[in-house]
Amino acid sequence: MAESTITTESMRAARIRIRVVPVVATMVASTASLLPLVATTPLMPPMGFLMLLAWRLLRPELWPVWIGLPLGFVDDLLSGQPLGTAMSLWTLTLLVLDLMDSYMIWRDHWIDWLVAAIAIIIYILAGYWFSGFRGSAMDIAALIPQMLLAILIFPAFVRICVRLDRWRLPL
Amino acid sequence: MAPPRNRRPGFSRRIQFGLFIGYVVAVVGGVCALGLVLLSRLDPVGFSALRSAALDASAPVTAAGRSIVTGIQAVEETITGYFRAGSQNQELRAEMRRARRTLIETQSIRRQNALLRRTLKVIDHHSAAVVTARLIGSSLSSARRLGTLAAGARDGVRPGQPVIAADGLIGRVLETGRSASRILLLTDGESTVPVRLVRNGVAALVRGRGDGTVKITSLLPGARPFRKGDIVTTSSTGGIYPPDVPVAVITQVEGDTAVGWPLANPETVDFAVVRQPYQPPLPPSRLAP
Repeated sequence: MAESTITTESMRAARIRIRVVPVVATMVASTASLLPLVATTPLMPPMGFLMLLAWRLLRPELWPVWIGLPLGFVDDLLSGQPLGTAMSLWTLTLLVLDLMDSYMIWRDHWIDWLVAAIAIIIYILAGYWFSGFRGSAMDIAALIPQMLLAILIFPAFVRICVRLDRWRLPL
Repeated sequence: MAPPRNRRPGFSRRIQFGLFIGYVVAVVGGVCALGLVLLSRLDPVGFSALRSAALDASAPVTAAGRSIVTGIQAVEETITGYFRAGSQNQELRAEMRRARRTLIETQSIRRQNALLRRTLKVIDHHSAAVVTARLIGSSLSSARRLGTLAAGARDGVRPGQPVIAADGLIGRVLETGRSASRILLLTDGESTVPVRLVRNGVAALVRGRGDGTVKITSLLPGARPFRKGDIVTTSSTGGIYPPDVPVAVITQVEGDTAVGWPLANPETVDFAVVRQPYQPPLPPSRLAP
């Protein structure tokens, strides 16, 4: 049985796993932009951001607010956006969510989804704006499919986080 | 579920102070990151060492998976090919008969062209090929349309060089790592290519729209030179892109602008050639002694 064989080493491993799993999961989600696909339209949802949102909404006490800086840095290096985009937007999102937590009285799955949807829309629009597109020929309408896809896929990310969370916490 | 009413973890001064410091770090870091964004807009070459290192590190991962993806695409094509074998065979035979006739015409025109060029003493300036490499990936979730090419500074690739596939223009090199480089695709919102219509030689500009299509704008105010099905090629105006590389086909005309599809589809193109930037020869100076 697993319980009978708990040693100090396995306890230490479990303690490391508790801290590391969410961080690694978010970074792995960010590497989705390395998939060997060549896309002519921006269709893929911002995976790293979805993972960050899912963890934050599932476990509000999990991360300090500055975690958006290192995680966003990794995402920026891989995504092709100007450096600092994800760093600033992820931190801003975490700050706003913290602020919101102090006002919200009740939260459930649907409210989380709504909050995530608003965050995703603002994030994608801000990313478009940051990449210097004002005055260019690109139409904002080209971003709508990506937004819809990201919003619809968000519950799947929450599911993944719940699975990882159960595995992460030993008892 | 009610949220945790109180974010204070307890009465420990040390932990409360840690939480407070966390907020300070986050706000200061967020402002610094905004500064980074501004900096990279004012000076796009900044942080290129950092970005190209990330590019080099990530390109082999992408390259390894690329052959699997193209393999899957090929399987799909093979299967659909079986279903349409009969009708496709007939179509292709008819098309080949037509093409053979055009080929003979073209050969005689080419000979005539060479003769006329020799008579006029026109000298051709071709830009030399730098390297042929595989197009292995692109930005997927970003609004930018940037491709990744499996060749970098080690192979002689430099920012600004045009990238051309067999079917037509792909874009130009934006930044290079040692073994990989980022390509500004034709469909990126910040890409502009000077072109001319093949049918009548009217000059135009092709700009990316970010959604896989390009916008073609005439340089003549009030003119309506475009027709559906027109093909535009590079005009070599302003250098960089060598002349007469196919760029796009017009699918929709909207007054004096048109919407087109790039002829070289980066989704299916496997190999692309990086060339030296085209530099048109200077006209002989009349003021020279």
